[in-house]
Amino acid sequence: MAVERFPVEASHILMFARSIGDPNPIYEDEAQAAETEPGRIIAPPTFAQASAQFDPDYRLRPQIGEPWFGSGKEPTGVTRQSTGGSGGGNGGSLHAEQHFQYHRHISPGDVLTATVVPGETWEKQSKRAGKLIFRETVTEYRDQHGELVITARGVGVQTEKPVEN
Amino acid sequence: MALSAADLSVGDTRSMVLVEDLKRTQLVQYAGASGDYNPLHTDDLYTREVAGYPGVFAHGMLTMGMTGRLLTDWVGDGRLTDYGVRFVNQVWPGDTLTATAEITALREEDGVHLVDLSVVTVNQDDIPVVTGTATARVDA
Repeated sequence: MAVERFPVEASHILMFARSIGDPNPIYEDEAQAAETEPGRIIAPPTFAQASAQFDPDYRLRPQIGEPWFGSGKEPTGVTRQSTGGSGGGNGGSLHAEQHFQYHRHISPGDVLTATVVPGETWEKQSKRAGKLIFRETVTEYRDQHGELVITARGVGVQTEKPVEN
Repeated sequence: MALSAADLSVGDTRSMVLVEDLKRTQLVQYAGASGDYNPLHTDDLYTREVAGYPGVFAHGMLTMGMTGRLLTDWVGDGRLTDYGVRFVNQVWPGDTLTATAEITALREEDGVHLVDLSVVTVNQDDIPVVTGTATARVDA
C-alpha cells in the first residue's frame, strides 16, 4: 500500500473516534482541543491506518465497476481463485500485529504520504489454523514538509484454514 | 493533565471497560471510518459460507483503537511515543472487553522522562484478545 496524498481532516478524525468509542473531546471539538496540551485537534493513536481510504488500489474497498468478493445474491461476488487471498480463512489473511512509533501526533491540515517497505517473512505451524505465513511491512508516514511523523510496522498472517475457536 | 514521573511507580495499573456487548453496527461504523471493508467484519453470509467462520468478527484494529483510549486517558493527549499490539484472539459481536495497562518501567532518555507500559485487553471469559506495549513521555 502506497498513498500519495492522505489529507488529515477533522470530520474524518471525528468519525474515526466515534467508531472506536472514544469520547475524548480533543478528537472532535476545536475549542476544547485548544485548551489541551497539544492545543489543537489531534488524531487518535491508530488513525494512520485509515490512510487505506486514500490508497487508490486498496483491495479491501469495493471499486466502482469491479467485482467484489462480499455477498450479494450469492455468498461471494467472485470465485475463490480471484479473491487474491483476502478473505480470511482457507488461505486468507488476518492481521497479526501492529506497531506505531509517533514522531509527532498528526492534526487536521496535515497532508501525509505513506510509503511501504516489505519486511521479513516467516512461517509457523499452528494447531488452530494450520500453517501460518507471516509477512511484515513497514509504512513511513511523512508530512507536507517531508518530515517523518509516524512509522508503522504491521504483520499479516495467512492461515491455511479458518482459525478454530 | 500530563503525568509526572514522580507520581508513578512500576506496577501501577489502570483498567477500563472498553465496550459492553459489542454490536455489529460498531463493526460497520469502524469499516466506514477506517476504510477497511473486508466482508469478514460486516458480511455474515460471506463470512460463514465462504470464509468458514461462525460469523462476522471485529477488525483487530478496532480493538487496538478501543484499547488506545485507556492509554491516552491515562498518559494524556499527544504523549504516546510508541504503541504496538499483537492480535491474539478474535473479538466477536456480543463480547465485553476490558483493557488493563501496567507500568513496567520509568526511564530517562536524553533528558526525556518516559514511562513504559504493558497492556492487555480481555473478553468476558478473561481470554486475552490483544496484548501489547506502549511508551509515553511524562513530566519529571
